[in-house]
Amino acid sequence: MQFFIDNFPLLRDAFLTTLSLSLLAGLLALVLGTVLAAMRVSPVLPLRGLATFYVETFRNTPLTVVFFFIIFGLPQIDFVVGFFPGAVLAVGLYTAAFVAEALRSGINAVGPGQAEAARAIGLTFGQSLREVVLPQAFRTVVPPLGNVWIAMVKNTSIAAGFATTELAATLPRLANANAGELTLILLAVVVGYMLITVPSAYGIHRLERRVAILR
Amino acid sequence: MTTPVLFDIPGPRSRARTRIATVIGALVVLGVLAFVLARLGGNGQLEGQRWAVLFDPSSRVPQLLLGALLDTLQVALVAMVLATALGLLLAVARLSDHRWVRVPVGAVVEFFRAIPLLVVIFALYFVLPGFGVRLSPYAALTAGLVLYNMAVIAEIVRAGILSVDRGQRDAAFAIGMRKSQVMTLVLLPQAVRRMLPILIAQLVVLLKDSSLGFIIGYFELLRQARSLVEYFTPRFGNEYTFQLYVAAGLLYIAVNVLLSQLAKYVDRRSRRGPKAAAATNDVDLPADTPSITGLNSGL
Repeated sequence: MQFFIDNFPLLRDAFLTTLSLSLLAGLLALVLGTVLAAMRVSPVLPLRGLATFYVETFRNTPLTVVFFFIIFGLPQIDFVVGFFPGAVLAVGLYTAAFVAEALRSGINAVGPGQAEAARAIGLTFGQSLREVVLPQAFRTVVPPLGNVWIAMVKNTSIAAGFATTELAATLPRLANANAGELTLILLAVVVGYMLITVPSAYGIHRLERRVAILR
Repeated sequence: MTTPVLFDIPGPRSRARTRIATVIGALVVLGVLAFVLARLGGNGQLEGQRWAVLFDPSSRVPQLLLGALLDTLQVALVAMVLATALGLLLAVARLSDHRWVRVPVGAVVEFFRAIPLLVVIFALYFVLPGFGVRLSPYAALTAGLVLYNMAVIAEIVRAGILSVDRGQRDAAFAIGMRKSQVMTLVLLPQAVRRMLPILIAQLVVLLKDSSLGFIIGYFELLRQARSLVEYFTPRFGNEYTFQLYVAAGLLYIAVNVLLSQLAKYVDRRSRRGPKAAAATNDVDLPADTPSITGLNSGL
């Protein structure tokens, strides 16, 4: 127990790192993912192609590889990013592809009648997306987006392999401790992740029921 | 685009606008590409002899990279087989009539779904030695992949079994089958058919996650590339660094794309065919599972 108390500041900082990494990367993924989803349904061919290429590439690339390229690859072409910003960038860019897919399936799930009606009353492409389709799409995508968010929180652990001291990284750091002590730290790490994922799952469930459209 | 609902079939003016936007969009895409290439070219990263090392057998680079690819695939393959087998068992156990089977299995499945895979691997690799069990990076990586993915696959299979029409089960019982017969002869075959696309998608995720071996020092592609770089750097400077990284990354992407294409193919196939009509509803997670994982999202 003493060991646990001694290492409490490390664990607390690690937890806060995981939390801020998740929030920043989540924000980046949400913004970029929304742009990508809009590009994928737009009438402009190069934009559609670019977005499709982006999504397909990142969906088929392991997150470790993305990290690897941002931390070790970018300096080779003279872009040096710090470890934490690099981690935000890696997780955010990777997750954006999944956000885009979730949003696109949401856009496709909005009945074609809605879009037709929006067009019929003379809204432009941008307006019908903004005013009619996306507000409804965001509602249907709450559960898949929630899943993406929770998976992303768990994925931030990969930053441990790239010199960011977040929750998972405390384990190799303290690896020389005694078995009993290390088990306690492991338990704390697991609880740390659950402190983010369990309330998130609950919140998503609540939100899902509040915004659900009765059809 | 078969149904351009979001935009009208364009008239002359909006066609012109779209054309302008297309040109601008293409210019932006080309501009980004040109910028990257200029950046690479300016650093001399595009010179032929820097890339030639990847294909030169006398440097041992191609052999080592291919060997690392095989090692990666080996971990993934072993983990896929074990995780699928254990996942099937756990799914059936979680649907058991006996409380003392159902509840602990449910707890195990939910536990492994709730924590990050890397934490499972770290626990096996860094915490177990404290109890006198020392695993090699290979064993820790494989065991971690199996434990995590068996839980996810168990949920996929369970959802698949639950999605089979109740009448099938009732009918099987009515003609006098035993519980085990109902499961193995009636429910599982139909469930497997439905969940195959999601199952393969999860196996793609497993393959992607085998790259985590990099972090605990298993010689998969990335670690091999890194170690080659560490070998070359004192001798040739950064001459081949970028090329080796790109090669390792592209190999990963290529393998994953192949498996993803297989998943899409199976998905299309299972939607066709005479029996598909009965199985049009997709397998979704049952609503009662408090999902604290990113299941089905392919992340």
